[in-house]
Amino acid sequence: MDEIDRKIIAATQNGLPLTPHPYAEVGKEVGLPSEEVMSRMQAMLDNGIIRRIGIIPNHYKLGFKSNGMTVWDIPDDQIDQLGEAVGQLDFVSHCYQRPRHLPDWSYNLFAMVHGKTRNEVLTKTEEISALLGDAVQGHEILFSKQILKKTGFRLQQPPHTPKEGE
Amino acid sequence: METTELSLQDRRVLNEFQHHFPLSSAPYAELAERLGSSEEEVIGQIKRLKKAGLISRVGAVIQPHTIGYSTLAAMAVPTEEIEAAVKVINRLPQVNHNYEREDEMNLWFVVTAEDEADLGQILAQLEDDSGYPVHSFPMVRDFHIDLGFSLDWKHPYNSSSNQVHPAAFS
Repeated sequence: MDEIDRKIIAATQNGLPLTPHPYAEVGKEVGLPSEEVMSRMQAMLDNGIIRRIGIIPNHYKLGFKSNGMTVWDIPDDQIDQLGEAVGQLDFVSHCYQRPRHLPDWSYNLFAMVHGKTRNEVLTKTEEISALLGDAVQGHEILFSKQILKKTGFRLQQPPHTPKEGE
Repeated sequence: METTELSLQDRRVLNEFQHHFPLSSAPYAELAERLGSSEEEVIGQIKRLKKAGLISRVGAVIQPHTIGYSTLAAMAVPTEEIEAAVKVINRLPQVNHNYEREDEMNLWFVVTAEDEADLGQILAQLEDDSGYPVHSFPMVRDFHIDLGFSLDWKHPYNSSSNQVHPAAFS
């Protein structure tokens, strides 16, 4: 990833233009032909810098008002296998291994579950529980009470600052 | 706009193109072809859904830690002190999500910094400014293959698109 890639991401982070040739417009902004914008974005998809390109719905506005951050204490030697299994569930939107903070926090697997109601989230969490079985040493659901801030991804610095580029 | 007012075409637009958005000269025309619609209609439809707040944006989702370094951070703050703590947290431009959750550990927010050292400084400053310990839970491993968000609609039509992931119709 180089400065030009960063410029492309900066130019598209608020969304692609809703015009017939959006990549050409991005190209105008960063000074590249649209073909190069597209081939660079394809390369970033291939190497995983870009996870996906798509229409991104606001699921909260679409009625999925309840979200539970489910957290699980799983033996370290089983987390790879079990984390993969939980990550494949279609109702889980994020699934990460994160560090424990003992003794206050023993949970090492975080899976975000969304639903239209609290009950739906509870039912889905039971499915995760059943999948994990005896490996669960403890778990909790942290339901969201309110969204205090939510903005999209932001590059923190303009692309030309020398500290960036790693 | 209520979700119950959404037409079948709206639902398809919201559900079927969360990944594999075309990297081609006229991507909305490609969408239109798959939807049996026109480029102009599709662009108008996306604009309308965006204005209603149902679409956040059309664009790329970036993998965490490829640009900058981020963490999920948490604080346990007594109810009567929440407002003040939230002010301190939310004024940081590096915080892009902040949720209050039902737990003793009740404030959960994502902080994105230039690198690990920068992140450490931001969190230390936050502890000073708020007066509460900040727990940092950076991602160790990502287990989720991100295909978008399943909207869980029963689909009353046969899609001709081969780009739809099975999760879209659970």
